[in-house]
Amino acid sequence: MADKVLSVRGLNAYYGMKRAVENVNVDFVKNKITAIMGPSGCGKTTFLRCLNRIHEVNTEARARIEGDIFLNGENIAKMHPILVRRRIGMVFQKPNPFPHMTIYDNVIAGYKLNGIKKKKHEFDTIVEQALTKTALWGEVKDSLYDRGTFLSGGQQQRLCIARALAMNPDVILLDEPTSALDPIATAKIEELLNELKENVTIIIVTHNMAQAGRISDYTAFFYLGELLEYGTTEKLFTNPENEKTENFLTGRFG
Amino acid sequence: MKDLSLKKRVFKERLFRGGVFFLASLVVVPLALLLGYIVKKGIGVINWDFLFSMPAGVGESGGGIVHSLAGTVMLIVIAVILSVPVAVATALFINDHPKNRISRMIRFTVDMLQGIPSIIMGIVVYLWVVLPMKNFSSLAGGVALGIMMLPIVIKSTEETLKMVPESLKEASMALGAPYYKTVLHVILPAGLSGILTGVLLGVSRIAGETAPLLFTAFGNPFLNTDIFKPVDALPLLIYNYSTSPYPEWHSLAWGASFILVAFVLILNLITRLVVKKWQIKY
Repeated sequence: MADKVLSVRGLNAYYGMKRAVENVNVDFVKNKITAIMGPSGCGKTTFLRCLNRIHEVNTEARARIEGDIFLNGENIAKMHPILVRRRIGMVFQKPNPFPHMTIYDNVIAGYKLNGIKKKKHEFDTIVEQALTKTALWGEVKDSLYDRGTFLSGGQQQRLCIARALAMNPDVILLDEPTSALDPIATAKIEELLNELKENVTIIIVTHNMAQAGRISDYTAFFYLGELLEYGTTEKLFTNPENEKTENFLTGRFG
Repeated sequence: MKDLSLKKRVFKERLFRGGVFFLASLVVVPLALLLGYIVKKGIGVINWDFLFSMPAGVGESGGGIVHSLAGTVMLIVIAVILSVPVAVATALFINDHPKNRISRMIRFTVDMLQGIPSIIMGIVVYLWVVLPMKNFSSLAGGVALGIMMLPIVIKSTEETLKMVPESLKEASMALGAPYYKTVLHVILPAGLSGILTGVLLGVSRIAGETAPLLFTAFGNPFLNTDIFKPVDALPLLIYNYSTSPYPEWHSLAWGASFILVAFVLILNLITRLVVKKWQIKY
């Protein structure tokens, strides 16, 4: 395999005593799109949330993890979670731009919220670049100072991707980013991800098999908290090794 | 036979609807009477002098209530400064840890606090603040009023924070923002209208409180701006003047009542405006 950005070794994730992710070992390849698939409740989202250490924020559910995750060889458990999250961005299922901020402020929210000061013209450049990368610049360049929540759902989600990109992360995690969007907005985001992978590694949880087939280079198949199969998307979709994977792909359950 | 029972039922139905309407409209009567009476008695007294000059000597006509207006404003400011940070922090904590044992205890305490008679609050603050400082003061009054408004602000802030979607908090955390930045720059701004509403409701609740001020702010016939000295307040003035034997003071008390009621009404209107204009849709 090519360059590994993120390596997961023996990962278990818990809510209290309940184990949601079981002994997962996987390497994510640099500048590729990896899709994480599986039936509902199989631990995909929990797994994704372990990768930027946002799983453990949920102290109310007594969330915790075991095992190691290495970002470019560095163990993220030993890094401050704040630094981990600056290098591993995240986009959520439902678009969640900050409702009290303008579009402009939403894009640079990562800097503002982390107290990173820059000159106005530097921020201008960051905003323009991030919005251009997410194909939003043309649509919003005249309304940069309007609230982000006035945009359509698809635009909001692209704004959220721009917000994550603006921090120049190594990896972007997307948790079913198109499940709340219509087909046209979905197509735009898929196209976008394809372009983005030149600069950033993308890990996307998706329910939609066709989507995984269209955009991903690698696919990981989760079942009941375990990683059953992992390989190139082509191999997994045409010649799966595991029977369960095949059953899932052919629509026998899921 | 059939016809008769139908008529009976229609009659019962009408009676019931009429009863509900009658009882519901009864609510308006005391408020309307009260407002009408206060306006009738009070509005004639209101003029520039009334608002901006000191009281005249006993038995003289004219004179104003500037000292107790200033006192009420001062007490409210102190109460807000003391209670709002505590209330917002408390609401943040119990919202962040809904099932925590300490949260449950706090919630219970807040409910209790809401039911404690205001005169008791006055006595407690007398023991805590007035006795150690050996002086009635507007600070003590502010503390008493602040405690009175705590439960209101805590409750409304908690309700507001519950409405702020978890996804916003996560969006901020996922950008690497530390907890305090998330609170200050995402959660609180998103809930600002609700928090402000709570503060305004709290203020309108305490503006007319008399009992907690009897042992704390005490009242003062002179203008005072020192927070360590006794201070007058509108409700205290109304209480003192209306129990006095002088007719001139009675009419001043009516004027002060009018101002107090108008203040509370205006505050409620502003609250509605704030909710309408500033509410953030997620």
